[in-house]
Amino acid sequence: MSEYLLLLIGTVLVNNFVLVKFLGLCPFMGVSSKLESAIGMSMATTFVLTLASVLSYLVNQYLLLPFDLDYLRTMSFILVIAVVVQFTEMLVQKTSASLYRALGIYLPLITTNCAVLGVALLNINEKHNFFQSAVYGFGAAVGFSLVLILFSAMRERLAAADVPLPFRGGAIAMITAGLMSLAFMGFTGLVK
Amino acid sequence: MSGIFIAIILLTVLALFFGLLLGFAAEKFKVEGDPLVDQLEALLPQTQCGQCGYPGCRPYAEAIANGDKINKCPPGGAATMEKLADMAGVDPEPLTATEEVQIKKVAYIREDECIGCTKCIQACPVDAILGTGKLMHTVITDYCTGCDLCVEPCPVDCIDMLPVTQNIKTWDWKLNAIPVKTIDEDVKC
Repeated sequence: MSEYLLLLIGTVLVNNFVLVKFLGLCPFMGVSSKLESAIGMSMATTFVLTLASVLSYLVNQYLLLPFDLDYLRTMSFILVIAVVVQFTEMLVQKTSASLYRALGIYLPLITTNCAVLGVALLNINEKHNFFQSAVYGFGAAVGFSLVLILFSAMRERLAAADVPLPFRGGAIAMITAGLMSLAFMGFTGLVK
Repeated sequence: MSGIFIAIILLTVLALFFGLLLGFAAEKFKVEGDPLVDQLEALLPQTQCGQCGYPGCRPYAEAIANGDKINKCPPGGAATMEKLADMAGVDPEPLTATEEVQIKKVAYIREDECIGCTKCIQACPVDAILGTGKLMHTVITDYCTGCDLCVEPCPVDCIDMLPVTQNIKTWDWKLNAIPVKTIDEDVKC
């Protein structure tokens, strides 16, 4: 049990996918200007990441490995991810129209969110079993959500701040993201 | 050679399976029309007045969903505008209609500063200022139209334009909105 907890905390804080591994930066910069849409995006990504992580593991373990088709890994994983994203899009459109509108193009773009494919491939590389894959995917998603929501809250505050003219907009957001990344590097000492 | 065929067959089967799954989901989670338009229309007052420039509330809801301004509905007022802003995910804006309506103001003479020069009395087009030479003047607020013409001539600047706060006495019954026809009693139909 403690092994899974350690894996979860390690993925959320120490090996945070956005700020330490630098995966999934597109939605991190793109959807973080409003807190509400950031929360919506986090929930959608959490759903997709966890499901895609588990499904990719199953596809790899029970379809690709028995037939010695390791070289088709990337292709079939992208197929799995695309299906899960499409499914999520239908779900969001049905349940919350305003969220669907707020997320806009970024919802289908989860397909190309490299954190999703990254989690699926890292699961194989690190030889995780089924439950470890699920925890790893969920942890990556929680880490992504945590950072995205924190960052969007900061950006909402920044919008009201008196920023020097050359730093307005994207520039100050980049600097903030860099400082956040530095702060998250500090978690390296948490797990020995 | 057979390895390639196995790979092709496997991927085809996988794609077919996922395709079927998505097709099933699309049928199950089908959305009729644009749900955002329905929700926006539910917020509009359904007066079908056309003051927004569209032939009714439904066309205006569709226009908002396509990015039109949310402040074109005077019957709904500020409350509806705020709900629309919330639903459409844009910032609230002041209503176009309320910008033009100005707050009614009346002139007020600070009586202890008035020197009784009668210059404002001569300027007043509606004879709403009462007073005479070397005695202080005052404004009959019921007659004052808020035209500002008396402010300029006053040599001691003792005239203020005060906004009228609405209370029981200043309540506008809008009685002139009811058409009144005077019938001459002598004329027999």
